[in-house]
Amino acid sequence: MKRIVFSFAIGLVFGIGILVSGMANPAKILNFFDIAGTWDPSLAFVMGGALIVTAIGFRLVLSRSHPLLAGGFSLPTRHDIDVRLLGGAAVFGVGWGIAGFCPGGAVPALGLGRSEPVIFVTALIAGMMLVKLIDAARLRAAKPAG
Amino acid sequence: MTEFTPVLSLTGGILIGLASVMLMATLGRIAGISGMIGGLLPPPTSGEWGWRLAFLAGMITAPAVLLAATGSMPAIEVPSSTGMLVIGGLLVGIGVSYGSGCTSGHGVCGMARLSARSIAATLTFMLTTGVTVFVIRHVIGG
Repeated sequence: MKRIVFSFAIGLVFGIGILVSGMANPAKILNFFDIAGTWDPSLAFVMGGALIVTAIGFRLVLSRSHPLLAGGFSLPTRHDIDVRLLGGAAVFGVGWGIAGFCPGGAVPALGLGRSEPVIFVTALIAGMMLVKLIDAARLRAAKPAG
Repeated sequence: MTEFTPVLSLTGGILIGLASVMLMATLGRIAGISGMIGGLLPPPTSGEWGWRLAFLAGMITAPAVLLAATGSMPAIEVPSSTGMLVIGGLLVGIGVSYGSGCTSGHGVCGMARLSARSIAATLTFMLTTGVTVFVIRHVIGG
């Protein structure tokens, strides 16, 4: 129960940060990338602010033996840069450039009571499910028959 | 045109960073939003859905809390058509699944940890987002 309460409160802070920063506003996102047009450099300040805090904060936190409410830190262990990673990141960028929403920007926008974030998140979930289905089918095909 | 908002954006970024550090300090988890959504979708991969659902619920509650605190909802503007939201959403869903993360997981948490995978992924999606926006706005026109 403690984990749920902390997670909700931290998600709330995260969401307020997203909204205040402009990351939930597609017009601002698209203008950040439109250097040749109506450039709005604000999002560099979002990334800068977040990175300064996490770079210092993670160092302090990860020097402890374990987190407050869990047995250990769950960190990614892979180090290889493969086609799947770069191809996925490239496709994500194309989608972000078309829609103007990224997942972290769209979730708090769901609470604004507008239709666009709902449409985007529904399509986002459909895209994720599609990959899960493809991966499951591949796994079945890879298993020996019988 | 959107207004240049360095102070608000820096403040928001600091809050995003603080929340990411708090999640690591308490639950020991990376604050990656696409990973949290993916972890809630079937087939169930673990019994870890409770904190994920709570975090996303907290995020969705943020506009109401801002409304209560400041008296107004943050204004957003969506230039993309419904078709573009659908196609963009599908591509983002596919991309973050194969790419193991998005702006939050790779761009903030991974970059802060100096993860080579996250730095490579972030540089890649920043580049393709920029190229996409350029093509839509200046090549196709609009």
